Amino acid sequence: MSDAISVKELTKKIINGDSVFILDVRNTGDFDDWKIEGENVEVINQPYFDLLEGIDPVMDKLPKDQPIYVVCAKGGSSEFVADQINEEGYENVYSIEGGMKAWSEHLEPVKIGEVAGGSIYQFVRIGKGCLSYFIESNGEAAMVDVNRMIEQYEDFLNEKDAKITHVFDTHLHADHISGGKKLAEQKNAAYYLPPKDAEEVQFEYEKVRDGDEYKIGETTIKALYSPGHTIGSTSYIVDDKYLLTGDILFIDSIGRPDLAGKAADWVADLRETLYQRYKELTDDLIVLPAHYMTIKEMNDDGSVSAKLGVLYKENHGLNISDEDEFRKTVSENLPPQPNSYQEIRETNMGKVSPEEEEQREMEIGPNRCAVR
Amino acid sequence: MSVHSDKVLDCKGDACPMPIVKTKKAMDGLNSGEVLEVQATDKGAKSDMTAWANSSGHELVQSAEEDGVLKFWIKKS
Repeated sequence: MSDAISVKELTKKIINGDSVFILDVRNTGDFDDWKIEGENVEVINQPYFDLLEGIDPVMDKLPKDQPIYVVCAKGGSSEFVADQINEEGYENVYSIEGGMKAWSEHLEPVKIGEVAGGSIYQFVRIGKGCLSYFIESNGEAAMVDVNRMIEQYEDFLNEKDAKITHVFDTHLHADHISGGKKLAEQKNAAYYLPPKDAEEVQFEYEKVRDGDEYKIGETTIKALYSPGHTIGSTSYIVDDKYLLTGDILFIDSIGRPDLAGKAADWVADLRETLYQRYKELTDDLIVLPAHYMTIKEMNDDGSVSAKLGVLYKENHGLNISDEDEFRKTVSENLPPQPNSYQEIRETNMGKVSPEEEEQREMEIGPNRCAVR
Repeated sequence: MSVHSDKVLDCKGDACPMPIVKTKKAMDGLNSGEVLEVQATDKGAKSDMTAWANSSGHELVQSAEEDGVLKFWIKKS
């Protein structure tokens, strides 16, 4: 019998920079679309149906001297294949529990730093590149861009013993289903959305406006209207120290303006936000985005962040002086849109309420919210 | 629409990898040109059955979804 490894343990190894060998046994189309990545991760693909009668097709590719982690869609086939490999005399073989489904959902909390009276944490959804935030001060807390798996946040909150008062979304998301409304309801907190993104929203919410300030314990969160990815996109500045950019500015890329079908209209907004509004802010602000695209954007401690001043020097999207070239970069030759992005937007508006299993399927795959 | 099938294989309720394991076994019992109808409820079967048919050389004649049941008609090569 082979052993099993949880996605949490695997995440730790990848963030640590351990050398990790993965055999992905999903079909090649799914593998090419989306796979486990990391600095020292080597991943090969051989569909499980080629390995039902033995592992000959991959035998010469499997390392003898390091652990082999096998992954599939949900964890059934990987266990089957791991057993097959084990029977061939390999000792160190693990099936990744829950497969890519679990990988897609795992949230890893990473402490970013201090705020007045408390601290700020980033939740890294490593399997999908989504980032969400927890800001706590004197027993009160706010959360930003919460993902669908709210049980994982609740476990963390119970540990921290903090009372959630505010739940914010930077914009109406198109790549993942927001857990903001649900978490706010369960915790009796207020749920905030930018009204320009929420015209078709079917539930009650609080409106966020440019310049609004919120007190969380001793900490202040200030809203900064920063359209471009969506018409309502709003950034949050925490204690004049952290800049939560949502999907407007990433570490190595910038937001795409086309996911609500209005690329041409929103290019000018995106340009103004990135080349004027953000430029007026202090260079020392630590940028905390809602996504990352590749593991290269991750710091050694597993966090995804960088100073605004550094991004103005190094991020290509902030250094396109020609307006026409900028327009072309963000509106032509864009990467494919995220899977099911229309259905995800409708879910986030409360227009449809798919079953959990269906929500999971809708989110499978990479986030693709950026242009480089 | 219905396609003629020589044998029906029920994989409803089976999780991956069982639908493919059973299909492979059932195909071994068919003669060349005969058609197996597979019924499955595991969503993953959709893309996996297509990919498997491609790699094994059998022909996926048709697929359909009825009341949450995925149906595949596979012709033995």
